[in-house]
Amino acid sequence: MISPGRSWREFPQRYRLEAAKCTECEKVLYPPRVACPKCGGTTFEDITLPREGKVVTFTIVRVPPAGFTEQTPLPIAIVELIDGVRIMVQVGDLADPSELEIGMPVRLEFRRISSDGEAGLIFYGHKAVRG
Amino acid sequence: MRDVAVVGIGVGDFGELWEKSLRTIWAESALAALSDAGVDSVDLITIGCMSPGLFVGQEHLASLLADELGMAGVPASRVESACASGGLALRTGFAEIASGLSDTVLVTGVEKMTDVDGADATYALGSAADQEWEGFHGITFPGLYAMLARAHMEKYGTTAEQMAAVAVKNHANGLLNPHAQYHLKVTVEDVLESTMVADPLHLFDCSPVTDGAAAVVLTTVERAKALADDRPVVTITGSGLATDTIALANREDLTELAAVRLAAERAYEMAGRKPEDLHVVEVHDCFTIAEIMATEAIGLFDPGYGASAVDDGLTSLSGKIPVNPSGGLKSKGHPVGATGVAQVAEIVAQLRGEAEQRQVEGATVGLAQNMGGSGGTSTVHILEVMA
Repeated sequence: MISPGRSWREFPQRYRLEAAKCTECEKVLYPPRVACPKCGGTTFEDITLPREGKVVTFTIVRVPPAGFTEQTPLPIAIVELIDGVRIMVQVGDLADPSELEIGMPVRLEFRRISSDGEAGLIFYGHKAVRG
Repeated sequence: MRDVAVVGIGVGDFGELWEKSLRTIWAESALAALSDAGVDSVDLITIGCMSPGLFVGQEHLASLLADELGMAGVPASRVESACASGGLALRTGFAEIASGLSDTVLVTGVEKMTDVDGADATYALGSAADQEWEGFHGITFPGLYAMLARAHMEKYGTTAEQMAAVAVKNHANGLLNPHAQYHLKVTVEDVLESTMVADPLHLFDCSPVTDGAAAVVLTTVERAKALADDRPVVTITGSGLATDTIALANREDLTELAAVRLAAERAYEMAGRKPEDLHVVEVHDCFTIAEIMATEAIGLFDPGYGASAVDDGLTSLSGKIPVNPSGGLKSKGHPVGATGVAQVAEIVAQLRGEAEQRQVEGATVGLAQNMGGSGGTSTVHILEVMA
C-alpha cells in the first residue's frame, strides 16, 4: 500500500542511492535526515552510496507479505557497505537461497523490488547480488 | 513521587474470539479488574492498543471504551508503541498516580486481531517496523527477528534446538494457564519440524495472532491498604521505558536489545533492585529468540548465555528464575496491545500467591518486560509485595 506520492518522494534514494554526509562528524545518513543522529549537525554534503559491501545478517522469508508472493522464498539481508553504512536489501540471483551466508561479499544492482501495488505502480530499487 | 500499588487484575480468555468484539473483550477484563479491586470509579482510564484502525477499522478508543463501561465523562486516553502499548499504558497510569495527578487509574490493554485475514494482520503488524526502509523490501516481523537470531547464532553459537526449547518450556507453562490460547504440549522435534517461516525461525518459534484484553487497577498505597483485606499489597517499585532505532540496519550491535537493557537499568535503579533479587519474570517472547535476548538484556544471564540457560532448565517453572510462568506470548497468545498489561497481571497474581498450578512458591519480587517492534521500544516494571 504505497501511494504514488510516497513512491515518487523516495525515488532519489531508491533509484540513485542518494545519501547525506554530515559536515560536522562525517556520519553518512541513508536516507538523509533533518539532523545528524550522531552529533546533531544540520548541514550535509550530498553523496551517493558505494555499491560494494558484505552481508551482516540475513533471513529467507518463506511466508511473504502481500506483493511478494511470486518471489518466495525471499532472501533479505542487512548489508554493510564499504563506507560503513548498513542497509536492508533483498538478495537476488541466488541459484539456491542456502548459498547466503554472513560475510558474503555483495554489490548493489538496480532491480524491480515488488509487484504492482493498489495504485498500479511498480516499485524499483536496489538488490544485493553476489559481489 | 508517591508509591503506586496494583489493587485489581482482570484477564479474560485469550484466543480466536470470533463471537466477541473489541469493546466486549475489553469491558469484560476491565470489569473483572474493578471487581477484583473492589473499586467502582476511577480518575483515569488508559488504553494500550496498537492498531484498532487496521485490525477493526476503529479509532478513538478512549471515548468508545469509557462509554462502553458506563464511564463517559471520565478522562481516558489510548497510548501506542506497537506491541509495547500495554506496558506504556501501565507506565502512563503509574506516572499519573506517582505524580499526584490521579488517585486511582484503570490501566487496560486490548487487541482484536482475528477480524482480518492473515495477510491484513501481517500488514498491520508490519507497521511496527520502518515501513519505508524495511517493509519496502518485503521483510516481515518473523523475518526481522530471524535476522536477530542469525546474528546471535553467529556470535554466540545459539542453536535452533535451544530456541525450540523456549517454545517447549512456555507451552508446558501454558498448559497450566486456563486463559492461554494454546493448551498444547510441544517437543523440540515439533518445533524443528514445523513450517519454516523465516530462516531460522519455524512456525512454533512464533507467537500467534490473538484476540484478548487485560486490565489492572492502580492506586495509592494508602488506598491499597484499605482495599487489601488479608491479601498482600503489591506495589510497582520500578518503571523503565526506553527506545532504540526502529530499523535494524541502524543498530551497531544486532545481538543485544539495547532498549530492553536501558529500560531494565532504569527500573532496577528506581526500585533499588538487581537481577539477582527477582523471583519471577515475564518477558516479551514474541519469538523464541526474543526471550533469549530479553533475559540477557534484563541481566538475568550474561550476553550469550540466555540460550544455554533455557537448556539447563534455569528458566523453567521449577528453575532458579522462572521466566514466563503464564506460558508467555508463545502459548498464552499475543493480543499485541493487551500483552504488556497481561504480563503485569500475571506477576501480580504470582506475588499474591494466586497463580494456582503455575505458582512460583514464595515469590515476592517480580519483573515484567514488554517490547514493541523489533526492540524499538521496551518497558520494564518491577513489582514487589509490600513488607
